[in-house]
Amino acid sequence: MLDAVWLIPALPLAGFLILLFAGRRLGEPTAGWLATIMCAGSFVASVVVFAGLLGEDEEGRQFTQTLFEWVPAGGLQIDIGFLADPLSITMALFVTGVSTLIHLYAIGYMHGDGDFPKFFVYMNLFVFSMLALVLGSNLLVTFLGWEGVGACSYWLISFWFTSDANAAAGKKAFITNRIGDWGFMLAMFLAFATVGTLNYEGLFVEVGTLAPVTATAIGLLLFLGAVGKSAQIPLYIWLPDAMAGPTPVSALIHAATMVTAGVFLMTRVNPILGAGYDWVPDVIAWIGVITAFVAATIAVAQNDIKKVLAYSTVSQLGYMFLAVGVGAYVAAIFHMIAHAFFKALLFLGAGSVIHGMNDEQDMRRMGGLRKFMPLTAATFMVGWLAIAGVPPFAGFWSKDDILLFAWGSGGADAKVLWAIGLVTALLTGYYMSRQVFMVFFGKPRWEGDRPEPVPASVGAAANEQGEAAESDHREHTQPHEPSWLMTAPLVVLAVLAIAGGVLNLPFNEDVHFLEHFLEPVLGANEAEIAVSTGAKVALAAIAVGAGVVGLAAAAVVYLRRRVRAVEPEVLAHAWYYDEAVTAFVGGPGRTSFEAIAWFDAHVVDGAVNGVAAVVRGLGGRLRSVQSGFVRAYALGVTIGVVVVLGYFLTRVSF
Amino acid sequence: MIGAIEVTPAWYLVLGAALFSIGTFGLLIRRNPLVMFMCIELMLNAVTLTFVTFSRMVRDTGGQSIVVFVLVVAAAEVVVGLAIIVALLRKRPGATADDVAILEG
Repeated sequence: MLDAVWLIPALPLAGFLILLFAGRRLGEPTAGWLATIMCAGSFVASVVVFAGLLGEDEEGRQFTQTLFEWVPAGGLQIDIGFLADPLSITMALFVTGVSTLIHLYAIGYMHGDGDFPKFFVYMNLFVFSMLALVLGSNLLVTFLGWEGVGACSYWLISFWFTSDANAAAGKKAFITNRIGDWGFMLAMFLAFATVGTLNYEGLFVEVGTLAPVTATAIGLLLFLGAVGKSAQIPLYIWLPDAMAGPTPVSALIHAATMVTAGVFLMTRVNPILGAGYDWVPDVIAWIGVITAFVAATIAVAQNDIKKVLAYSTVSQLGYMFLAVGVGAYVAAIFHMIAHAFFKALLFLGAGSVIHGMNDEQDMRRMGGLRKFMPLTAATFMVGWLAIAGVPPFAGFWSKDDILLFAWGSGGADAKVLWAIGLVTALLTGYYMSRQVFMVFFGKPRWEGDRPEPVPASVGAAANEQGEAAESDHREHTQPHEPSWLMTAPLVVLAVLAIAGGVLNLPFNEDVHFLEHFLEPVLGANEAEIAVSTGAKVALAAIAVGAGVVGLAAAAVVYLRRRVRAVEPEVLAHAWYYDEAVTAFVGGPGRTSFEAIAWFDAHVVDGAVNGVAAVVRGLGGRLRSVQSGFVRAYALGVTIGVVVVLGYFLTRVSF
Repeated sequence: MIGAIEVTPAWYLVLGAALFSIGTFGLLIRRNPLVMFMCIELMLNAVTLTFVTFSRMVRDTGGQSIVVFVLVVAAAEVVVGLAIIVALLRKRPGATADDVAILEG
């Protein structure tokens, strides 16, 4: 059964190829159904392989399938191979599962779009890339998928490329990711130079012999790649703008797949992180927790329904990096899965709202929608409670796990990490409740006179499918519930978001399913914490309390309208980080790059052109020798012979 | 009287050198392509004569076998060279070597 592992990425790839060549002919909705079926098939293959892995005993749960030699170049042996182990199969299961639901949803969401088949071409390629990333048996195959999801996210974010803002958002995502990719590439070069292989198996065997400084360098460079892909400070700026893409894309990128790649990579290379200096995990934990906190503060003041979710994704990813940093790899994966469920649910719910509101994304023009879209509202609220950490929803268990490990990790800063994480949990409860109350409760605000023009949202205005000017002419019909294609995935995801916690319940050793399953991969580097049961319960209660306080505060502000909302300008502008980047790159950055360009044009090119000019001048002089008169040449030859002869004769005689 | 004079190899060498010099000067000072071509042939034959002489002096047949090669090459070269000259003169009667200088740099 394990042999089926190649099918997991092959099916979406086949879907991609078929749609690439025959997509237009298949048309709507056949193209979408084909893509969905390919994803579903991939999910089935994942389940088969998962069952195969369960059939092995714990030590044997690792299976490498080599398809063919890719780069056999001297000492560099790179195969196209897939590694099926508990970690990669866990990832593959939820990636394919959630992707299938999103594909199904997209058939409904993209209905009527002129480029319907093209959308699914990209989607299937995206899923294939993600699976290559997850299942790759060496760093280069992972990197192949890594670049693949980057390229696909570029195409999908700027899917409606006729608007400048969308095209710019795609470019921003791509370029920001390049910075991280640079780190990934350097890490590969360094790993090959010092270890001589890129295979995970070989790498992890040899990692013990590496000097700590080398392991640290490889680990940090890979972390740089992860920071880019998983949108952590300082490279998070692309993710909020990535909302320019169609909503299923936002769900696919920001929930199930691409952004989790960084966390996955960190988990995958845990032996390397473990072999480095002690402070490497601290760096990861601090970057994570600061990102979690900063992104949560920004989410508090956003008015675009998708931007709130985008910043919340950044924040949740920060939690996952916090978990990686404190050695709680299982908790990181657990939260990743739970997050995939509830964030996909929230995004698809938001897409459903946008769809029902005729492409309206400003939450200030919504309100009272629960009466018009009861199913969407109910499922969205499940996602809301899950992300806010209310028991027994999935988010509670996973977030609580992370906070517990942060508290129990031995470092001097453990309590600080925990405290920041707790404040973030409070903010999460607050901004998510704010969103729910603004969208689904209160009075409808979409009728009647237009409110004052909405200021352009932060960064590149990411108005879905169009310009602000156009939205003024939109006619508002009654908000409506979308078709079953879009609501069915919502219901499935809602069930998962409610029940996802059973993967790793904390009650006793027997129900730590995920932890036991992942043990062969993570065993050595997973942190052990010594916290008494009473303390655990207390910590969980405090975490829930924080979430509920945030929820209640939002209820007071946005539901009862007792207190005027505090939405500082600085938060609405995302701490002016984007502006700062723009100012820096546009000012000193541009100046220095222009200096480099000048140097290139004048010094480098000057040297090259100078050599050419000298050669040309000399050649011009020499040209006159070639007179074309045969007898002149003959004379030259004769004189030459005489000179040579004279030289040799005089040498011999004297 | 005449029989008393012994013909030494030096005579042949001097003859070869003389022929070669005549060929060289002819090549340099004449403009008629046909004559220049004949001068080249003269130089070639002077060289073959020298080869044979030295071959006899050192008792080595290598030099004589070279001559056969030179003859073969000369025959081929005459074919090509004469063809070019005939073609040239047919197109431009009375042309000299200096008239065909279109390949100047």
